[in-house]
Amino acid sequence: MTMALIEVEGLRKDFTVTRKTGVLRRARAVVHAVDGLTFSVERGEIVGYIGPNGAGKSTTVKMLTGILVPTAGRISVGGLVPTDRRTELARRIGVLFGQRVQLWWDLPLIESFELLRHMYRVGADRYRENLATFRELLELDPFLGTPVRQLSLGQRVRGELTAAMLHDPEILFLDEPTIGLDIVAKQRVREFLLRANREHGVTVLLTTHDLADIERLARRILIIDHGRLIYDGELEALKRRFGPRRVLVVDLVEPAPPLRVDGGEVVRTDGPRQWIAFDGDRITAAALIAAVTAVAAVRDLTLEEPEIESVVREIYAGRARPEAGPIRGS
Amino acid sequence: MLASLRADLAMARRGYARYAAYPGAALAGIFTNTVFGFMRAFILLALYQQRANIGGYDASAAVTYVWVGQALLMTVFMWGWLDIAVRIRTGDIATDLVRPIHPLRAALGFDLGRAAYHIVFRGIPPFVVGMAFFPVRLPSEIAVWIAFLVSLVLAVVVSFFFRVLYNVVGFWTTDVRGTMMLGGIIANLFSGFLIPVSFFPDWLAAIARATPFPSIVQTPIDIFVGTVSGPAIVGALVTQIAWAIALGLAARWTFDLGVRRLVVQGG
Repeated sequence: MTMALIEVEGLRKDFTVTRKTGVLRRARAVVHAVDGLTFSVERGEIVGYIGPNGAGKSTTVKMLTGILVPTAGRISVGGLVPTDRRTELARRIGVLFGQRVQLWWDLPLIESFELLRHMYRVGADRYRENLATFRELLELDPFLGTPVRQLSLGQRVRGELTAAMLHDPEILFLDEPTIGLDIVAKQRVREFLLRANREHGVTVLLTTHDLADIERLARRILIIDHGRLIYDGELEALKRRFGPRRVLVVDLVEPAPPLRVDGGEVVRTDGPRQWIAFDGDRITAAALIAAVTAVAAVRDLTLEEPEIESVVREIYAGRARPEAGPIRGS
Repeated sequence: MLASLRADLAMARRGYARYAAYPGAALAGIFTNTVFGFMRAFILLALYQQRANIGGYDASAAVTYVWVGQALLMTVFMWGWLDIAVRIRTGDIATDLVRPIHPLRAALGFDLGRAAYHIVFRGIPPFVVGMAFFPVRLPSEIAVWIAFLVSLVLAVVVSFFFRVLYNVVGFWTTDVRGTMMLGGIIANLFSGFLIPVSFFPDWLAAIARATPFPSIVQTPIDIFVGTVSGPAIVGALVTQIAWAIALGLAARWTFDLGVRRLVVQGG
């Protein structure tokens, strides 16, 4: 049996939290930050790792990169046990912690790259080549000579991404790579990651709060809540499975009472506009449109697809949660 | 081997550049160092009105001692250095741990670069001012200059590991400042920065000499002034090397212990 690039089995991390309850009294409580995770990631995958705040995402990434020792369970990243071989693993992975600065604050951006080049012993030719690529893709040139402390957040994140990838890592662990970025910067970062994945086969595991990241980047997602994996599978399958009903928005020629059509249900009206929810598995959009146009004069219509945002919100809220074990999407 | 030396050099260069980025701070620092140099030199000269020789130093040797001490103050940077403690507190230390080289190795490279900047821009200017106003003596032999430079590098290394020791306290407590202040007071006294260790009563001098602190300040100054000369220089350098190794091992061990605590318990 061949091993996957990342293998996690029965992973657990408990934290002991002490809380003051009196002058000298302290209460100790054990928090299960990660509570029995099992998953694997194959080479070349882009996997989105999502969950609400405090779900255990960052804790997992820390364990995968070797800077946190699991309480129980087994991890193998590129065939290595991260905490035992942290330094060796460091050469093969790129890490980006969203709220941490790994660039040197007082130095011009290019100086940080030079330093990393020496730390990772990147050959001169390869360094030049990689840097040229990143300069072009991430448009670094205008601020390459600017001290990191003076960079805007978007510029800094682009610098951080370059820093994480100068040594051609096989695996990228990105913790909130697009946090705080504007739409243009987000787009640039996403395109960059897609390209690294397509052209160099870089495996990417990213945590994010921005579900648009997931939608653009990852075909597969892992959803974690309270330290447990509650979904592992394709994004599309998730939408199909848990997606709220699709909604057909119709603009009638004249205001009318809620329309009555088979397979659809008017959930909202606003003047001549009506929102008709329907179950995509039971009736096709085309059939519903035909049914609507048969009973009313329609001027315009649009179809609202289920947003992953609302899908995930429902899962977090527990409405769509399975009773036991993670769901494996097809 | 060559590649790793190049990495050290690359880090030293950036350590230098980090401080060179703030010339205003250097200017203010030069002013302060110079003013304190004047105060200390005048106090000592007043003392020498009463006696011609104290603890083996004549008046000229004593003012030289003061001005070399002022020049080395920032270079060896015994107190007030919290680079590692701050990274522990903010959690940025995590990014140091996912690098392929040991964080202390990188930090030492940086620190040697910083020291090079400080000796040139914070050390030499006050010294030149001191030379203009006081009977400061310069070594006449090139060999002494070389020994002084070697001793200075060793002093920075010993000082670095001492600083690491009060910084790593941050792995266990958020109050690093208290430890640093305590360490600073002891280091100030025992290193011979305030007054030469040989000015102390014998029992206190004996205690001071049993600590690594004279290796940080007293030793390079004594070589410069000439109170340690000839074969004694070799002994002084060997003592410095021994302290560098001992504190280096202690620093590495406590740092790794702190990291282990961090990675087991979480930040």
